[in-house]
Amino acid sequence: MMDNLLFIVLPYIAVTLFVVVSIYRYITDKFSYSSLSSQLLESDELFYGVVPWHIGIIGALTGHLIGFLFPKEVLWFNGVPVRLYILETTGLVFGLLALIGIVALMWRRIRVPRIRSVTSTVDTIVLVLLFAQVVLGVYTALFYRWGSSWYAASAVPYLRSLLFFQPDIEMVKPLPHIIKTHIINAFLIIAIFPFSRLVHMVSLPIEYLWRPYQVVIWNWNRKKIRGQYSLSNAKEDSELNVIGR
Amino acid sequence: MDVRLQVSMVFHLDKCIGCHTCSIACKNVWTDRKGAEYMWWNNVETKPGTGYPTKWEDQSKYNGGWEKKGNGKPELKMGNRASRLINIFHNPSLPKMDDYYEPFTYKYEDLFDSPEGADQPTARPISMVTGKFMDIEAGPNWDDDLGGSPVYAENDPNFEGLSPEEQQELFDVERLVFFYLPRICNHCLNPACVAACPSGAIYKRGEDGIVLINQEVCRGWRMCVSACPYKKTYYNWSTGKSEKCILCFPRLETGQAPACFHSCVGRIRYLGGILYDADRLTDALNVDDDKLVEAHRDLILDPRDPVVREKAKENGIDERTLEACERSPVYRYVKEWKMALPLHSEFRTLPMLFYVPPLLPVMAKTENGVYETANDELFSPIEKARLPIKYLASLFSAGNTDQVSYALKKQYAVRLFKRLETVGDVSQEVVDKALAECGMDAAEAEAVYRLTSLPTMDERVVIPPMHREEAMAMLDDDMWEQKGSAGFGFREAPVRGA
Ligand code: HEM
Ligand code: SF4
Ligand code: SF4
Repeated sequence: MMDNLLFIVLPYIAVTLFVVVSIYRYITDKFSYSSLSSQLLESDELFYGVVPWHIGIIGALTGHLIGFLFPKEVLWFNGVPVRLYILETTGLVFGLLALIGIVALMWRRIRVPRIRSVTSTVDTIVLVLLFAQVVLGVYTALFYRWGSSWYAASAVPYLRSLLFFQPDIEMVKPLPHIIKTHIINAFLIIAIFPFSRLVHMVSLPIEYLWRPYQVVIWNWNRKKIRGQYSLSNAKEDSELNVIGR
Repeated sequence: MDVRLQVSMVFHLDKCIGCHTCSIACKNVWTDRKGAEYMWWNNVETKPGTGYPTKWEDQSKYNGGWEKKGNGKPELKMGNRASRLINIFHNPSLPKMDDYYEPFTYKYEDLFDSPEGADQPTARPISMVTGKFMDIEAGPNWDDDLGGSPVYAENDPNFEGLSPEEQQELFDVERLVFFYLPRICNHCLNPACVAACPSGAIYKRGEDGIVLINQEVCRGWRMCVSACPYKKTYYNWSTGKSEKCILCFPRLETGQAPACFHSCVGRIRYLGGILYDADRLTDALNVDDDKLVEAHRDLILDPRDPVVREKAKENGIDERTLEACERSPVYRYVKEWKMALPLHSEFRTLPMLFYVPPLLPVMAKTENGVYETANDELFSPIEKARLPIKYLASLFSAGNTDQVSYALKKQYAVRLFKRLETVGDVSQEVVDKALAECGMDAAEAEAVYRLTSLPTMDERVVIPPMHREEAMAMLDDDMWEQKGSAGFGFREAPVRGA
């Protein structure tokens, strides 16, 4: 019963909240989407927290995603021990980076008065959940070998069963408590995501790489407003000033 | 030819009295809010001095503006696009709050609520960030009037070109000289803030060239803050969004001068429409430093030229707007008279706020400890200026001393011209020589005099009609959707995200 609640009900609630609330918030309150950077208030200590944290967490999450999308390939890759060690070490390094980062970030939030004044309750909850998640993750990587293989073999089928609405928790039941907690905590983070500053990650501005540097917005349709003038020979726009959105 | 309109500005530094009324007007209207206390969209700094934020001109520290590149395309000094995304977690060139100052208030209650005692109660300063007691280390205009001071003036980045002796002379008390430099966003033609914004939240309005940050699209990546070489975008530490001077567009759209222009006590501020050729922007950006001012001026088109008018109309610029451009005081100072120069054009953002360099403190000198503005030649010629021309050139013409000299000589000539007329103690010969030296005739000298000394509000501020009423009518699809990019008010309360 408890297992059903934690591994079936909680995930569905979490993911539903994630999708529905994120979209709702984006539509009704775009203003609240921000990195909420605190670098202006304190920069040096932030560097030692935020950089390792993001490299570590993005690396680790990418690893989880690859395992989820290509479990068979991962198992095949791990068939050769050297490759397995390389993969495991990489994962551990990312995990440790994230751990160093989040400790530095929490330390900074507690200690620097300026930063404390811009810390909300949700910020605190998020940091604690993330910290717990990373600790659990690193512990798993160290003591339950070899994570990349058993993740692909047992956790991924469970996650996929959720995705296809045929939840099958037989695979997770025998997992050690530490790992179970890691899974539950992950869904808690997903649930709190849309209510927290974590939404900043969905606005990663990739299109910046190909967008024209300059953005010019015309508030009116020039042709319609000044219809009497011909626009037939008006060019798209000059090289520098390109009409934006 | 792609003719566009820019609402452009001139500040006449010879008239600025450093009263900071402009800054207060702006603060009261726009930035008297949590998270914005430390922002001065309009600030007035003392030069020589380090300014606000400290040493903002030193791009080896802040990496603002553009750099000329061999391939003809200028690149941001911060690095290319990819570097912006790599540095997104921690921006290495972001100014810190202490480079501005930590905003503070005082615990005034203590003056009233303290128990009776042997000592007077005091109101101790409290930080507006943490709410805790603090020691004030700096504040707005901390270095006000401290020209010549070792801590501030000596660290002015514009001293780089001067020899140590030249620098030292400026710090002798008797020779000490300073003037005021009011600064707002320049609403540049090649804005570095826009180019650096990964979210694409910053944009230039096509119709009038005002540069705005869409608060709903800004994600607080704080790249614009470093990219603007003038440090005129600010990060609101409370809302997590960047903000900047909006040139009081709601006032402009209703035909009123921006708050800082309206309140200016010295009446130093001029505003008017400028037509420019957007097709030639790249040309103006690819010249060497000493040609920048000229190239910048070349972009500006004559609103009386029939070809320009025809092309302007094709681009949807209204006849009444063209009429306003003809009366633009900015056009006269910048293009016709060549007296107003862009600030630090070597940053290559093509700033559209121009400065008439200051003559008076530069010309005056001391004789046996007596402050003397007149000598046998009435005013000392600019070659004997107290503030080296090189210093002014570093500010206003990317090192090209000819441009600054010309602007000063013209002011000098107008002064002699009027002196002959009103007092009569200079000879016609001297006046003619001074006028000839800058190729000016009596009519022009009179016009410069009138626009400098006697202009009414309507002559100083000539706002081209903005036709916002028509623009609003165009928002026929979804007004709320358009609002973010059109710039009218808040749909949601500007509350910090969780
Ligand atoms: C997708 C790419 C991401 C980008 C571009 C990004 C960017 C940022 C930025 C700019 C900040 C503000 C740093 C500052 O204070 O100046 C930040 C903070 C933060 N990010 Fe990310 N982030 C990303 C992904 C993530 C992920 C995947 C997580 C965790 C699951 C995460 C968790 C956090 C947290 C907890 C903070 C707050 C740090 C603190 O000040 O205590 N971010 N991020
Ligand atoms: S002065 Fe700075 S903020 Fe203003 S338009 Fe230019 S680059 Fe942008
Ligand atoms: S109000 Fe005018 S005169 Fe006074 S400081 Fe500002 S710009 Fe100068």
